Amino acid sequence: MNTRILSIASNTFREAVRDRVLYNLIAFALLLSGAAIFVGQISINIERLVVVNLGLTAVTMFGIVIAIFIGIGLVSKEIEKRTLYTVLSRPVRRWEFVVGKFFGLAGTLVVNTFFMAIGVFGALFYVAQKFSAADLSILVALYFIVLEFLIICALALLFSSFSTPLLSAVFAFSLFVIGSFADDLRAFAAATHGIAGWFATGAAYLVPNFSALNVISAVAHQQQIGSQLILVNTLYTLFYTAMALSGAVLIFDRRNLK
Amino acid sequence: MVGFWHKRPKRALHPIHLTVEEGEIFGFLGPNGAGKTTTLKILMGLVFPTGGTARILGRNWTEPSVKAQIGFLPEQPYFYDYLTAHELLEYYGQLSGVPAKGRKQRIDEVLAQVGLTDVKGVHLRKFSKGMLQRAGIAQAILHNPKLLFFDEPMSGLDPLGRREVRDLMEQLKQEGKTIFFSTHILSDAESLCDRVAIIHKGELRGVGAIDELTSTVQGKVEVVWQGTQIPASMKALGADCHITGDRVRAVIAERQQDAAIDALRREHIRLIAITPLRTSLEAYFVEKLQHSQKTAGTLV
Repeated sequence: MNTRILSIASNTFREAVRDRVLYNLIAFALLLSGAAIFVGQISINIERLVVVNLGLTAVTMFGIVIAIFIGIGLVSKEIEKRTLYTVLSRPVRRWEFVVGKFFGLAGTLVVNTFFMAIGVFGALFYVAQKFSAADLSILVALYFIVLEFLIICALALLFSSFSTPLLSAVFAFSLFVIGSFADDLRAFAAATHGIAGWFATGAAYLVPNFSALNVISAVAHQQQIGSQLILVNTLYTLFYTAMALSGAVLIFDRRNLK
Repeated sequence: MVGFWHKRPKRALHPIHLTVEEGEIFGFLGPNGAGKTTTLKILMGLVFPTGGTARILGRNWTEPSVKAQIGFLPEQPYFYDYLTAHELLEYYGQLSGVPAKGRKQRIDEVLAQVGLTDVKGVHLRKFSKGMLQRAGIAQAILHNPKLLFFDEPMSGLDPLGRREVRDLMEQLKQEGKTIFFSTHILSDAESLCDRVAIIHKGELRGVGAIDELTSTVQGKVEVVWQGTQIPASMKALGADCHITGDRVRAVIAERQQDAAIDALRREHIRLIAITPLRTSLEAYFVEKLQHSQKTAGTLV
């Protein structure tokens, strides 16, 4: 990674860390993990199931909210506050700025997820009093959650490169919801014929496939996650993220900063 | 007017032909909305022109290598307010390619130059407008660029702040920097600039050296003497006299200068000064704005 991208990424990370909203969200996520412990205690023999389900869902939801609400402002806020002027008047290419912002937010989310994961494992240890080999699959679920964040970050950046923050948030959140039902959408597309079928198939493959990235339920039920799925999801995320970022760069590269 | 699908384009600038010489302070003057900031944004690569070209330091203005040698201070700059002045300069230093070795020393030098050493650890959100402007100049000169672009550097500053910025600009000129700055404050331009260009409604209306623009084009001199009396001999010369306190100011034709001196001497009146009457930059500015015809800007 070149030094300019690294500088922009680290400054983005620093901004997020110094943003009190981020701290509040982390605190809230930890609070939810506490709630998971409470639920675990009143459940009978399904403490692990409840804690893993609730904990990982909380990690996902808080991460998605952070990714969307910071992601949509990454470019638009810099334009609005005109901080971008003193960046782009330097030997910084516009694509470097977009990619740097992406890595900065992605890094923030990875660190954020790391601390929330500690909370989840802490809660799990609290209710089960021990770790088992099956708990390792929680790490895979967390990895998939981070992959979801990368896609959402790239989409938020893409939308914010041409739209208002509010609309960008609506678009990104809508895609997250639709993408969470991507399997159902693909099944619907397979059952539909004609022009409607073409549209449904196009839409089903265009929206991010968050269904494949959501293994929370399987992990909570101590099912193993195959290495092939890990590889496919990794490649899919890299491709989807690269496409969304390329779109953001193409649009931002032609944008007049008025 | 806006369209449904696309914003209808509005012409912000007409062709502008300008050359700025090395080592000079060049003022880009015009009223609000004249196109000064748009011109600077085009030069900085923030806005794309529909046509035309520019060369900065002999190279195409879009080349990244050019940007490494220019510094830019936007109008009413706003910086990352969660950073301290030192952190801000560290960030910009990294982006500008200031070598890590010696970067801290350079930052300290620049902070001292703009008078922010004492507040280098303070978050920018606590900075006053004048301090932000100085931080803006610091980030513009951090990488030791040859050419500086300042957009309304004195805008919104109190007299003391304006004086500080003016002093800094003069100091930068002494260091050999070339400064291109936009302003609508004519007194600042008059006191700082070697040359100026006047832009109005996106068109270049005039360009030239301050000395030329404010020269004695009227062929008149101002005579000042002590007293409150206007001798008849002075009136006979057709002097346009004004009494202010214990002094009289009279404007006469330059060719009658000797006759005026003789007249005052005969009356035993104490002569204080005789100075050529200069057209003020303001008068030139107003004249150019009032005339609609475009003046082609050709500089030396």
